[in-house]
Amino acid sequence: MSDTHRRLTGLVRQRLFWPVLILVVLLVSNLFFTPSFFSITVRDGHLYGSLIDILRASTPLVLVAVGMTVVIATGGIDLSVGSVMAISGALACLHISGLADQNSVTGVLFAVVLALGLSVLLGLWNGALVAAIGIQPIIATLILMVAGRGLAQLITDGQIINVNSAPYKVIGAGYALTLPVSVLIVVAVVTAAALLIRRSALGMLVESVGGNPTASRLAGIRARQLVILAYVFAGLCAGIAGLIFSSNVSSADGNNAGNLIELDAILAVVIGGTALTGGRFSLAGSVLGAVIIKALDITIYTIGIPSQANLLFKAVVVIVLCLAQSSAFRARLAGITRRGGPARPPATPPGKRPDGTGGGLPQQAGPAAPAEAEVRA
Amino acid sequence: MIDVSDPRQATATAPTPTVRPRRYLPQQRHLPVLATLTLLATMYGLGALNYTGFAQPQILLNVFVDNAFLLVVAVGMTFVILTGGIDLSVGAVVALTTVCAAVLLREGWPAGVVLPLVLLIGTTLGLLMGLIIHFFDIQPFIVTLAGMFFARGLCHLITSDSIPITDAFWTAAAQHRIRFGDGYFISISVVIALVVVLIAAFVLAYTPFGRNVYAIGGNPQSALLMGLPAGRTRIAVYTISGFCAALGGVLLSFYMLSGYSLHAQGMELDAIAAVVIGGTLLTGGSGYLLGTVLGVGVLGLIQTIIAFQADLSSWWTKIVIGVLLFAFIILQRLVTRRRG
Repeated sequence: MSDTHRRLTGLVRQRLFWPVLILVVLLVSNLFFTPSFFSITVRDGHLYGSLIDILRASTPLVLVAVGMTVVIATGGIDLSVGSVMAISGALACLHISGLADQNSVTGVLFAVVLALGLSVLLGLWNGALVAAIGIQPIIATLILMVAGRGLAQLITDGQIINVNSAPYKVIGAGYALTLPVSVLIVVAVVTAAALLIRRSALGMLVESVGGNPTASRLAGIRARQLVILAYVFAGLCAGIAGLIFSSNVSSADGNNAGNLIELDAILAVVIGGTALTGGRFSLAGSVLGAVIIKALDITIYTIGIPSQANLLFKAVVVIVLCLAQSSAFRARLAGITRRGGPARPPATPPGKRPDGTGGGLPQQAGPAAPAEAEVRA
Repeated sequence: MIDVSDPRQATATAPTPTVRPRRYLPQQRHLPVLATLTLLATMYGLGALNYTGFAQPQILLNVFVDNAFLLVVAVGMTFVILTGGIDLSVGAVVALTTVCAAVLLREGWPAGVVLPLVLLIGTTLGLLMGLIIHFFDIQPFIVTLAGMFFARGLCHLITSDSIPITDAFWTAAAQHRIRFGDGYFISISVVIALVVVLIAAFVLAYTPFGRNVYAIGGNPQSALLMGLPAGRTRIAVYTISGFCAALGGVLLSFYMLSGYSLHAQGMELDAIAAVVIGGTLLTGGSGYLLGTVLGVGVLGLIQTIIAFQADLSSWWTKIVIGVLLFAFIILQRLVTRRRG
């Protein structure tokens, strides 16, 4: 193997190589439809341009995806994020609409604290169901997903609450330092989370709990608190996302806010290279994944394909990514490509039956882990 | 990995040497279904006491007339959940079926061709998902999520408009009422749904395939080591779920007489909720179709009660379903824990 070849394979094996490549291809392909796609202009002291639009549109999804990443890393999943978004926005708007002066900064701040406090409580509820009572994460969070939608509609009384509050509007639609405030909020939250998780032992502990719960218990890790903390973080992220979403349109819609965002968030996490089985995770990958999804939405919109058809693209992306992550698929592919070449023993990863039987067992995800560790090293 | 910490199987089959005084004790595995039945009876009793006209049998029949499509979809979901899997694509497949049927009928295709064709589409989608889940060892959750995106996207690609169905066969099936007794009636959809339930219950209880489904859900590795056809069974349950979703879509198009890509939004959650409230363990391996029928009845009765109670808005349905889900999952935990 030559040196350049080795360096090239090293690059391809980088965890973020594929997401970055997808994003670049997506953005460049936009150039064919809108030549001015990459131009960023300064207007009224703000930056304007399609790239900024994509960033701004992806802020709620990025937040939700980052929260989801930590939950998925513990081996769980949080389906309730969309409902939490709706509840958070609804509660903030309800409080602001009841203020005598909707432009009072303290009133808006109190509404924000109220909404985020409730989001944390909802996250705590999810975490308690999963970690303390021991319900499967999909089902535990399904409860809040269904009931939360009803709660959000209960808060808004089935109506759309419109608010007319300048300070509240700043969160989702304001600008500071020439950049959208929502983008700055997301950068701050993600940076803080990344520092907290990667500069302390927290991230390693989370990965250990998600990778092998039994081994981590034997190693003396208190999984329960960690898992609850992960769901609280996801709830908080969803709450902030809900505020950004509702502030951007200055209204709260209990029915549609954050609808199906949990699926997009899971997709973003998978695109970012975090396996749904838990363990190793990448916050940067999830952020990239979320931006890719929004870039895809906007690209499809500018090309002129009916916007709902992007669901088809997403389906294809999910399947391709999952196949790429599936060790069974890779073994098959390797078998096919080697059959034509010089005779070699059939490539079968250790512990994996060549015919791929016994699929879907969590235990069999084991053999994939060492390979992944090599990639990271 | 063999889980040696679980003494459940050993103690459950061990004969009890002491002779206990005779007292009716329901079997542990029947408890969730009995709880659902009690809940259903309590809800019906409370409704009959509080609202005039609620006690009429037609109200109970209407619950099934209005939810026949959900019942069929939930039957398919029961198979999948019994193996320990999940199928998120059913709502989208239902919508795809209504859209395909409406568009083809509008183009003048005969109903005799359209009906098998749409059933085949749903079944094929289910089969494809089953194949991917089994052969490439990907979680059912994510594969059926992709299936959901795919089917919904396909709907929108075909048309985003609501298309009315005016076909003679379809309208006849929609409007025909099977009357009996003192003016009580059910629709053809209810009959179809009941036939599906009976066939599915028979298959689960009395065929080798049904036993394989339970075995795989109970312990996939043991099932594999016993030489049961785990792969074939797993693919088959997703195919069955796809077929049931397509049939549910046909029944929904009877009910709505239209095809629309936004039909059946969130129906996968209703189906899962019905199965769970019906006492099927989400980890797989335990549950009955009768429970699913009762679960659908509970969901339908909630809607009926909220319709009768004028000051309750529709969103209370979601909150009550959430509370019931919570209660039944806690019950499941208690039952499985006590068994252990």
